Amino acid sequence: MNRVRAWCLAPTAGVLATLFLIPLAILLGYALLTRGAYGGAFPPWTFENWQRLADPLYLGILGRSVAVALVSTAICLVLGFPLALFIARAGRRKHLYLYLVILPFWTSFLVRTYAWMFLLRDTGLINEALLALGLIEEPLPLLYNYGAVILGLVYGYLPFMVLPLYATLERLDPALLEAAADLGARPWQTLRRVVAPLSMPGIRAGSLLVFIPCLGAYLTPDLLGGGKTILVGTLIQNQFTNARDWPFGAALSLGVMAVVMALLMGLIRRQDEGVL
Amino acid sequence: MGNVLELNRLTKHFREQVALESLDLTIPEGEFFSLLGPSGCGKTTTLRLIAGFEEPTEGEVWLRGRRLNGLRPYERNVSTVFQSYALFPHLTARENIEFGLRHRAGGWRADAPQRVRAVMEMLQIADKAERKPAQLSGGEKQRVALARSLVVEPDVLLLDEPLSALDPNLRKQVRAELKALQRRVGITFLFITHDQEEALSLSDRIAVLNAGRLEQVGTPQDLYLRPKTRFAAGFLGPVNWINGVGVRPEATRVMHERPSEEVRALPATVENAVFLGNCIHVEARLATGEQVVAEVSRLNGTFRHGEQVHVWWREADELAL
Ligand SMILES: Nc1ncnc2c1ncn2[C@@H]1O[C@H](COP(=O)(O)OP(=O)(O)OP(=O)(O)O)[C@@H](O)[C@H]1O
Ligand SMILES: [Mg+2]
Repeated sequence: MNRVRAWCLAPTAGVLATLFLIPLAILLGYALLTRGAYGGAFPPWTFENWQRLADPLYLGILGRSVAVALVSTAICLVLGFPLALFIARAGRRKHLYLYLVILPFWTSFLVRTYAWMFLLRDTGLINEALLALGLIEEPLPLLYNYGAVILGLVYGYLPFMVLPLYATLERLDPALLEAAADLGARPWQTLRRVVAPLSMPGIRAGSLLVFIPCLGAYLTPDLLGGGKTILVGTLIQNQFTNARDWPFGAALSLGVMAVVMALLMGLIRRQDEGVL
Repeated sequence: MGNVLELNRLTKHFREQVALESLDLTIPEGEFFSLLGPSGCGKTTTLRLIAGFEEPTEGEVWLRGRRLNGLRPYERNVSTVFQSYALFPHLTARENIEFGLRHRAGGWRADAPQRVRAVMEMLQIADKAERKPAQLSGGEKQRVALARSLVVEPDVLLLDEPLSALDPNLRKQVRAELKALQRRVGITFLFITHDQEEALSLSDRIAVLNAGRLEQVGTPQDLYLRPKTRFAAGFLGPVNWINGVGVRPEATRVMHERPSEEVRALPATVENAVFLGNCIHVEARLATGEQVVAEVSRLNGTFRHGEQVHVWWREADELAL
């Protein structure tokens, strides 16, 4: 039995090892080497790249990235929870609604982000319409700021919040909601004392699925945030392209991974203690 | 004291499906009242209309002189023991019981902890207070569910087949305790069951429902001895239908000799005698072709397949429909 299980796991383990562990080892190696003039990484070995991470400039970018990811996750939760609840209780229609939630995946994320640019820019649909209606004199600065980045992230990752939330809410016994009302709880009290605690696994899973890609997001901040809003994804990408500093890029990537890992460990510990 | 609960031509349709049709009931203060009927007859629907989980298609629900129509469940001073108990899985037994005291009108009062402790002691679950529902046995869950609903002191406690999830031995024991509990707390119980024995043994009065309509209301004796419809007669226990007259098996006798002139008697042939320990079921076929079952004591002699006997009963024991 155990041998069968081991053989079944072997392909997965192999794929994970080659596609995950080996690149990770390469990254770690790069982060300890010295930059070359045209990219790449060369001896001698050094810790300098890691020391640069402590530079307030980079710490600030990392902090801002965490803040943007947290705000985006919170907004996804606030928007996703009612939506997931609605879908879970929609009866026979719920499969239709689920398809609608994942419908955006049918087109490329890049194309959809460009679509947002066309909507938000100074000569975009929204500004043109408001100008034409005479509601504004000058175009509103909708694009190239943190608001636009967060909008894009929320738009892009909302389904990752809705799906796990839906999965837990759908299993919630409706009799529990009736029991709560029967015992005098008003709808919001039922939400707070029964629905929210019982959907914690979904809230946790959804928040991680949104927070992690938001933290490392590159495309959305780059396209919707422009040059004024450097986040850690853009910073890393820059090291491998324009700045040609692969070792520092590698160190930055590992730094972001460390933040995510620390967060995950914290969550798992609290989960084991039954806090969340 | 007056009536606590009044149902007035209460009707519920689900699209074309008639779940309940013009039900009239009045339940006085402190009564143990049962709704009895087969599966799908509208028992749960009635209860849900009273609790406010459904709105009636027509008719009214009155609780202590207050019309409940349109009020939300949390605005009604009734409380439900659900068939599956519906305990909150993330809360301990004690927190489940406290839930109503925290959210009902009046909120968490100074005497709340004592009330919680008292109800847990009464139901003998005080030592399980800090357990989650998943760590409780079926019987313990049922007690927590009862405690949770009782502690808020509802005007009427609604119980939807609360014993059906228990195993048969426990069921008999809990049944006896439930009756004692109701006497002790004095709260009006509206108890749903499809088990006639449960209804007969627990209730002050019973309403028999059939396909969404009320068949009869009365005391257990009324319903068992003086049923008004064939359905009520048959649902409360087995009946021998002899020339259109109903006689209960325990009122039906058999003997080898010819009985006296004062009683009603018919000749019959024994088809089977089933030994049940405390009694014998003699199955006999009348000359008319009808089969009757007589529940007789083993002290009344032995009966064998093919024997010619006389089936007899007293006129007073006939069910007058
Ligand atoms: N939400 C609903 N939608 C449609 N029909 C329903 C609904 N609830 C109940 N019914 C129908 O109404 C009728 C009465 O149902 P109800 O649940 O009151 O029966 P019951 O007497 O409690 O039966 P049981 O002993 O099986 O629990 C049934 O025919 C049922 O199919
Ligand atoms: Mg039912």
